[in-house]
Amino acid sequence: MTYDPATASGWVDAPARKGFFTDTSVCIGCKACEVACKEWNAVPDDGMSFLGSSYDNTGALGASTWRHVAFIEQKKPVDLGMPSTARPGADGDGRADFRWLMESDVCKHCTHAACLDVCPTGSLFRTEFGTVVVQDEICNGCGYCVPACPFGVIDRRIGEKDTPKVGVAQKCTLCYDRIGEGLEPACAKACPTKSIQFGDLDELRERAQSRVDVLHAAGVHDAKLYGESEGDGVGGMGAFFLLLDEPEVYGLPPDPVVTTKDLPAMWKKAGLAALTLLAGAVAAFAGSGS
Amino acid sequence: MSPRGRRRDEFQMVPDAHFTSYYGRPVVKAAPWTADIPAYLFLGGLAGGSSLLAAGAQATGRDSLRRTSRLGALVGISLSMAALVHDLGKPARFANMLRVAKPTSPMSVGTWVLTAYGPMAGLAGVAELRPFLPRSLRDGAVGRLLGAAGTPAGALAALAAPAVASYTAVLLSDTATPSWHEAHRELPFVFVGSAAAAAGGLGLLGASLHDAGPARRLAVGGALLELAAEHRMEQSMGLAAEPLRAGTPGRFMRASKALTAFGAVTAAVLGGRSRVAAGLAGAALMAGSACTRFGVFEAGQESARDPKYTVVPQRERLNARLGS
Ligand code: SF4
Repeated sequence: MTYDPATASGWVDAPARKGFFTDTSVCIGCKACEVACKEWNAVPDDGMSFLGSSYDNTGALGASTWRHVAFIEQKKPVDLGMPSTARPGADGDGRADFRWLMESDVCKHCTHAACLDVCPTGSLFRTEFGTVVVQDEICNGCGYCVPACPFGVIDRRIGEKDTPKVGVAQKCTLCYDRIGEGLEPACAKACPTKSIQFGDLDELRERAQSRVDVLHAAGVHDAKLYGESEGDGVGGMGAFFLLLDEPEVYGLPPDPVVTTKDLPAMWKKAGLAALTLLAGAVAAFAGSGS
Repeated sequence: MSPRGRRRDEFQMVPDAHFTSYYGRPVVKAAPWTADIPAYLFLGGLAGGSSLLAAGAQATGRDSLRRTSRLGALVGISLSMAALVHDLGKPARFANMLRVAKPTSPMSVGTWVLTAYGPMAGLAGVAELRPFLPRSLRDGAVGRLLGAAGTPAGALAALAAPAVASYTAVLLSDTATPSWHEAHRELPFVFVGSAAAAAGGLGLLGASLHDAGPARRLAVGGALLELAAEHRMEQSMGLAAEPLRAGTPGRFMRASKALTAFGAVTAAVLGGRSRVAAGLAGAALMAGSACTRFGVFEAGQESARDPKYTVVPQRERLNARLGS
């Protein structure tokens, strides 16, 4: 039986777990997802500067960036019907020795979510859809979720006093308001190539596997899934990806592990250390009569 | 252009780490915390250690040590709480910490530990102020109550104190910050050692030579534990130990070791004979403890900002698993 995070969190009769399958092999880097996300969720502007990283001036996921399209320019033969710098057929076989990798990154809605585990107020919670959402009104901005996330997704929003939700942790909600009404998340809705697919996680995993099979059959041996396996360090990601290169090329951790996996061992050591201190203090007084 | 990084650092645990990253950008995010947090780590440790010393001093009739330690705990925990609240994005919502008790969140556990400890340490500290109250208050009901409350409050504070001093290690380690997480085996021992050294140091500074014996022994023992555990920690952290040796955190850690060693030796050799030497040793041990906290804190922040510390160990682990 697959582990269902919603049921494990106490939801009764939870609906099927929802998620994203982001197929980077068909992403065209249009950033419609970034725009749709900002518009629907009223995510404020967080500045824009020239970053010198291909067409990516967004930079990274953060409190005010819940979808981020990564752009990587590589010298590598490719034939995916992707935009290329060479005239079609110019080099004889229709291949150019240049490829563009584009990937729309997002919160992974981890099965074992460190952000949620470490949240001391209960602001971060598991929804009935198995997703991970911040309750803005409860978060006191302690910032603990920020270093806890193994993907660097969530952040505390900074800005002027009148910036909405300033000082609290913010990230993708998998459009909790939309999916509750039977709509798909804004990014998936806006994606013109269906690079971002929303649905029941079980079904998405099957779909993703057949897509990999198709790509492998077509000779795209680089194609691999990232985050689809329940055996990974976060128990599988609710939002997983089809990548065409190693995860770290896209700024993703190659082997993420939820930090709370080691927490029982950590508490044990801390308990031992506390006892050591207590014993030391007792010994300091027992040491001599002076 | 594939963004490949080849980094050379002055101090290296492993030979040249070839790794790939996305334009050298961080993979994990550094905690949005300021100097409030390392200051809290230091002050909380100082308070916890001091409460233990104060309870012992109370039980063995060492008045000047009891007074110094209780007041140290009061000041330490008060400033700690101020720093913790100040570091929140929404300070007014501090009380939301008390909505839940979550063993998976070291911050939640710490909040409850502090909730148990703070008022007791505070009460014991305030009891020391009784002699300074105007006569009418001092001898009235309030004064008598304070006088009676000091000892039980101090004892209860001492019970919670070891947890106050040790949980902060888990607070840091329970993150994806490489140099904090990889330190998780030894960091609690480094931190309780550091707390004992700081509290012992304060005792050496404030108590009479006659009363300071236990403070001296706690200080020397704490310093030795801290130095030994820190050494072991660096051996066990792999690549993530590197930030502890370079740049700003490296300077803090070197200062910490020098001050702690100097303080311990001075306390052990001269601390029992000369008040001046005891004070000097005490100040050095407290400064060393503070440097440890800032060094460990900053090393973690550095390890989060550089993708090398996230990518290289994970890639090695993955390759080993895939057998390539
Ligand atoms: S990716 Fe990060 S922010 Fe998203 S659920 Fe996982 S731990 Fe939380």
